[in-house]
Amino acid sequence: MRQTTATPSSRLDPEPVARRDFLGIASLASMLSAMLLAGIGMLRLPKAAVLPSASKKFSVQLPESLPLGSPYVPPGRNVAVFRDAKGVYAMSLVCTHLGCIVKQAPDGFECPCHGSRFAPDGSVSKGPAPKSLPCLRITAAGDKFIVDEEVSVPADTRVQA
Amino acid sequence: MSDQSRSDSALRKFFTDLTRAPRRIYEAAFRSGAPVTDRTRSGFVFNNVFLHLHPVRTHRWSLRWTTTLGLGMASTAAFLIALVTGVLLMFYYKPYPDVAYNSIKDIHFVVPTGRFIRNIHRWSANLMVLMVMLHMVRAFYTSAYRTPREFNWLVGMGLLVVTLGLSFTGYLLPWDQLAYWAITIGANIAQSPRELTDALGVTSVVDVGGLQRQLLLGSDTVGEEALIRFYLLHVMILPLLIGVLMAVHFWRIRKDGGLTRPADADERLEPRRPDVYPVFTEAPQKTYQLAAIVRGRSSAVGRGPENTVPSMPHLFYAELGVLMVTTLVCLALSLAADAPLKELANPGVPENPAKAPWYFLGLQELVSYSAFMGGVGLPAIAVIGLGLIPFLDREQLGSGAWFGGPGGRWLAFRSAAFGLGLTLAIEVFAIRFGWIREWYPHVPQLVITVINPGTILALGYAAYSLWLVKRYNSARSGAMGLFTCAMCGFVVLTVIGTYFRGPNWGFFWSPADWPTH
Repeated sequence: MRQTTATPSSRLDPEPVARRDFLGIASLASMLSAMLLAGIGMLRLPKAAVLPSASKKFSVQLPESLPLGSPYVPPGRNVAVFRDAKGVYAMSLVCTHLGCIVKQAPDGFECPCHGSRFAPDGSVSKGPAPKSLPCLRITAAGDKFIVDEEVSVPADTRVQA
Repeated sequence: MSDQSRSDSALRKFFTDLTRAPRRIYEAAFRSGAPVTDRTRSGFVFNNVFLHLHPVRTHRWSLRWTTTLGLGMASTAAFLIALVTGVLLMFYYKPYPDVAYNSIKDIHFVVPTGRFIRNIHRWSANLMVLMVMLHMVRAFYTSAYRTPREFNWLVGMGLLVVTLGLSFTGYLLPWDQLAYWAITIGANIAQSPRELTDALGVTSVVDVGGLQRQLLLGSDTVGEEALIRFYLLHVMILPLLIGVLMAVHFWRIRKDGGLTRPADADERLEPRRPDVYPVFTEAPQKTYQLAAIVRGRSSAVGRGPENTVPSMPHLFYAELGVLMVTTLVCLALSLAADAPLKELANPGVPENPAKAPWYFLGLQELVSYSAFMGGVGLPAIAVIGLGLIPFLDREQLGSGAWFGGPGGRWLAFRSAAFGLGLTLAIEVFAIRFGWIREWYPHVPQLVITVINPGTILALGYAAYSLWLVKRYNSARSGAMGLFTCAMCGFVVLTVIGTYFRGPNWGFFWSPADWPTH
């Protein structure tokens, strides 16, 4: 038969969690959480809030003599601007695989780094590139055009001068 | 005694102490005296903060040159050479776009001995990568990762990754065409988890790839922010990290009972002489460490110091020998070939072909099918797989012997034949017939991410290795097959990427066949 009478607790009996252990664990936990928070705070620093790269919007003046369907690459930009029968459009020249700059080839574009090939409309025809070259938003502004590299538009979008 | 004579003797004592001061400074620094007896040789090691990472006594098996081939020490030596030459280069190097290129040019053409020092830095870095890899191969084939050395194998994996990181971050610093485009590709590989998140349509919510790239570059293009970040990683963060890991790695060797050796190493060295009595005849559960005999479950429990020799001079002289040979090789290579420096980085025109450093060209070959699988997925699987080896192979048969375990040398040879054959077959197929995108241009990217030469190779190796586990009824045999296949795959892909890939990553038998452009 089980003993049911509760033994009167004494100040000298061992506690389930010793007082000093509790204080020790609590202070250790507070130190670890403080260090964790500090660590997260420090990791926040390297993630830049403002990117130092040049503006992604720029204006282009197409040369009068630009033949239909041949690219005009504004100096310092990895974008080709074309004029065809239906209007003007801009296409990114940055390969969607690993960011090399594609070159125009007889049957479209080719990437020098890993051999991706793109059709003249930017769609992938060979190699590792996962996506087509995006067409970029272009708007007419007087006799110039404004290209926004950050906004892509459907491949058949054209603007009129 | 008169005042006069007392001051005389104090003065004499002052001058005597002054003449003895250099000797006493030396004795204060090195308390144990000249290492001429076994006792002072012990003190020489454990009284020295640097040397005490080593054991006081070394087993004679560890000193046979076929045990390690000196590869670990050669890695360390190459690191030390790169450290010294790297600090020297920092006198002139300026981490800012274009200025960086000019400062490297100054180092190359104007700074006294600059070209030589830069060559040594470049060669020692390459040598370090090679030695670290060979050291891992050695540790694997002698089963040196087995218990109680599992943790040190993991530290070794960390050292391999940091070594590659050090080498890769150094690649950008010259700011030439080679550097710029290798880092552009590298940063986009860091971004390649997008290939997966795009395919699943969750990039707008979870963009791991974009975050990695932005943290690495500090921008969305390779520019001044990227250069200073790579510089910081190269000269500060990674060297500190590798220093800590190296200290742990060396100290753990001692704590894990020295280098791994076969169970019958003592008999194979020589039979015990009749006048030598073992310290422990009953192999009690106690350990002979330094001078104390304590209970414990460290690997030295129950082992006496038989067949060990003092580390000073036997181990240290061997290490210094490897250091000298490594230095000699670096100097010879630096005299023979200059570190390359191409034209100034041009963000508008990629280098063609744009090749990563040689040890990444195997991955670049895989990346030319799928950026995510080749650049992130398969390397992660490889590192995790390597790390798991000691926890899956819990056997003891053949520890410490080259190609020990069921199957042995013959199994390694057959696995190499299988690995070489499979890798070559898939590469030949992919080079000859192309891959899925060429046959079905509109197939979803996810299909190619999952089915590409890299994943097929990994699956082939894994299947072969599982068959070996069954065939030999041994996890070690499976590990041997998998590791050997992976090494063969690495070698084949690296050789193809280095020698047989040209402009547009096309296949060419020789650079002489490259089209002019």
